[in-house]
Amino acid sequence: MKSVYMDHSATTPVDPEVLQTMMPYYTEIYGNSSSVHAQGQMAAQAVEQAREQVAALINASPSEIVFTAGGTEADNQAIITYMTHKRQKKGRHIITSAIEHHAVLHTCEFLEKKGFELTVLPVNSYGLVEPDTLKAAIRPDTALVTIMHANNEIGTIQDIKTLAHISHEAGAAFHTDAVQSVGKIPLDVKELGIDMLSASAHKLYGPKGVGCLYVKKGTAVGSYLLGGAHERNLRAGTVNVPGVVGFGKAAELAEQRMPQTTEHLNHLAKVLTEGIINNIPDSRLTGHPVHRLPGSVSVVFDYVEGESILLMLDHYGIMASSGSACTSGSLDPSHVLLAIGLPHETAHGSLRLTLGKDNTIEDVNYVLEKLPPIIEKLRMMSPLGK
Amino acid sequence: MAKVIVAMSGGVDSSVAALLLKEQGYDVTGITMQIWQSDEPVTGACCSLDAVADARQVAWKLGIPHYVFNFRDEFKSKVIDYFCDEYLKGRTPNPCIACNRYLKFDSLLNKAIAMEADYIATGHYARIMINESTGSYMLFNGIDNSKDQSYALYALTQYQLEHTLFPLGSHTKEMVRKIAEEAGLPVSNKPESQDLCFVASGRYGEFVENYGVKTRTGTFRQTSGKSLGSHKGIHHYTIGQRKGLGLALGHPAYVTAIDPETDTVWIGENQELFHNSLIAENVHYISGIPFEKPREVSAKIRYSAKRVPAVATPLEENRMQVDFKDPQRAITPGQAVVLYDGDQVLGGGTIYSVGQ
Repeated sequence: MKSVYMDHSATTPVDPEVLQTMMPYYTEIYGNSSSVHAQGQMAAQAVEQAREQVAALINASPSEIVFTAGGTEADNQAIITYMTHKRQKKGRHIITSAIEHHAVLHTCEFLEKKGFELTVLPVNSYGLVEPDTLKAAIRPDTALVTIMHANNEIGTIQDIKTLAHISHEAGAAFHTDAVQSVGKIPLDVKELGIDMLSASAHKLYGPKGVGCLYVKKGTAVGSYLLGGAHERNLRAGTVNVPGVVGFGKAAELAEQRMPQTTEHLNHLAKVLTEGIINNIPDSRLTGHPVHRLPGSVSVVFDYVEGESILLMLDHYGIMASSGSACTSGSLDPSHVLLAIGLPHETAHGSLRLTLGKDNTIEDVNYVLEKLPPIIEKLRMMSPLGK
Repeated sequence: MAKVIVAMSGGVDSSVAALLLKEQGYDVTGITMQIWQSDEPVTGACCSLDAVADARQVAWKLGIPHYVFNFRDEFKSKVIDYFCDEYLKGRTPNPCIACNRYLKFDSLLNKAIAMEADYIATGHYARIMINESTGSYMLFNGIDNSKDQSYALYALTQYQLEHTLFPLGSHTKEMVRKIAEEAGLPVSNKPESQDLCFVASGRYGEFVENYGVKTRTGTFRQTSGKSLGSHKGIHHYTIGQRKGLGLALGHPAYVTAIDPETDTVWIGENQELFHNSLIAENVHYISGIPFEKPREVSAKIRYSAKRVPAVATPLEENRMQVDFKDPQRAITPGQAVVLYDGDQVLGGGTIYSVGQ
């Protein structure tokens, strides 16, 4: 059976070139990068090279990159250690947005339960935080604003430069969860004025279990895991050398390939989006029509449930995702789709197709062939009416 | 190859049902219906996250796809709300029948058909056969009398029966456990679920209160009319109940009737619980064809009751009178009376009132 993977916002395959770069660090150069001997030094050199590669991708200095075990850890570290740092004297108020990944949202809520104050900003129907909304919410004691760069479900890209500027004018630090955008769109931390940024390797054809936190020099961030002086005292624990090496290579490749990958993804996404919207009644794109991640196609269908769509697509070998993923243990429709103002029932009928560099126009046409009859069939049987 | 969607709860029965269908050559897909999420961690309940994980493990072991479907809203409106309403009306509900009727064999079946399946299957111990001469589907109890679940399936329609498979109908529980063990299914040693999946504690009255519906206390009265003090609310009691009344009369006392109008729980002697007849409403016939005249049947008045000889007389407005050969103890409004001819389920209805 044909197999079409269109869930690249969930994860991507490791690029063969990346894997090849990683392999020697399992069996040949296996030293602990903290060790003094030759093995250790070779490993440490590889880690530092990777740090340069990752830093280059976002125009940071290598010394501003802290490797972590993924994006979630980076989000936790940024928010918790910044807010609780002894040099952070601004206050106890945090601002975030309603469409954040749970790695940010739940971390902020955790701090709220511990006595910090939290404001969750609403977004407009495109999923954008409006600058005036942020301005109105900022207080003298606001210490941190954390707003994601690109949304994982609807693909909307925020105007981070403006939001960071507003935060800085009020003396607050700015963190962004850029897990979905790093390696996919140009990102310059200096140009955007970001103090902290979280990224993850497996979204850009690198390995799972590796990520990083960018910490602008001088920002009051501490170690989240205790027990060693690794990563300049900012992340205890033996460094995942092969993983980090893979992240570095993936970052390098992402930068090199970005122009042609973006063009390819934009073309496929356009064909796919138009094919869906024009051929399936009562369907529409969610997120911003223009300011969105390349290859991110998120749609909602009235009168159907996302889980049924996924199952039927899976039956035809098409792998996608939906805003309401039951297997994750959550039964509620996506908080993101509710935040952009979709009613409960419509939010249940969501489908996210996220394209990757290896998808082809044949893949897109295959989805366009299978999807409309699936929706029609499900609507015929739907208890939701129509 | 016919396509079947198996409702997998993560328990032994539905796991073996999936296995048997796979062996019989069906194109099998497993579905777990997520129907209830309690704040308290409920272990062993069919809707906990553990159960979902168990069902997935089994599906992977069998090499079949597995998905989780969200039925929470429907379960709440069709089962939980009904459950609470019935208690507040002084009746004793059977939520398993409602769940079968509205969720498994309606919503799930519809989804399955929409997904191009030919059948749904469950781990119920019951059998479906076709009457070759009429083309009509017939429902029978399972061969394992200790596990017979046909009682809770009396409301199935011809359409539902046509699209349903019960692979365990000709198996005993012992056989099913053995099959699970031999196949190395990770759930072969799971204990039998004992209570309602959404009230693991078994304290239904507390569940109704915690669910947020308004309840009132009331008075215990003896058959003579004498007050015996106040009670916790009619939703805490069922006909025939002896335990948990908190009454010390010097002799065994039983709930004989519940009056929701006055919030009275009537207390009496054991012999007052015996009655010769009942009236059932919302009567459903498996064949789709109502009885034309009184018919000798065997009748079962609750899941745990034995089938006993009776005569069923059809009444107007989809009602039925059931007259028992011998008086029956604790006939309870809200429960189902299910009618059999031998091993065949003819139909049933909801007990509305008790006569004589």
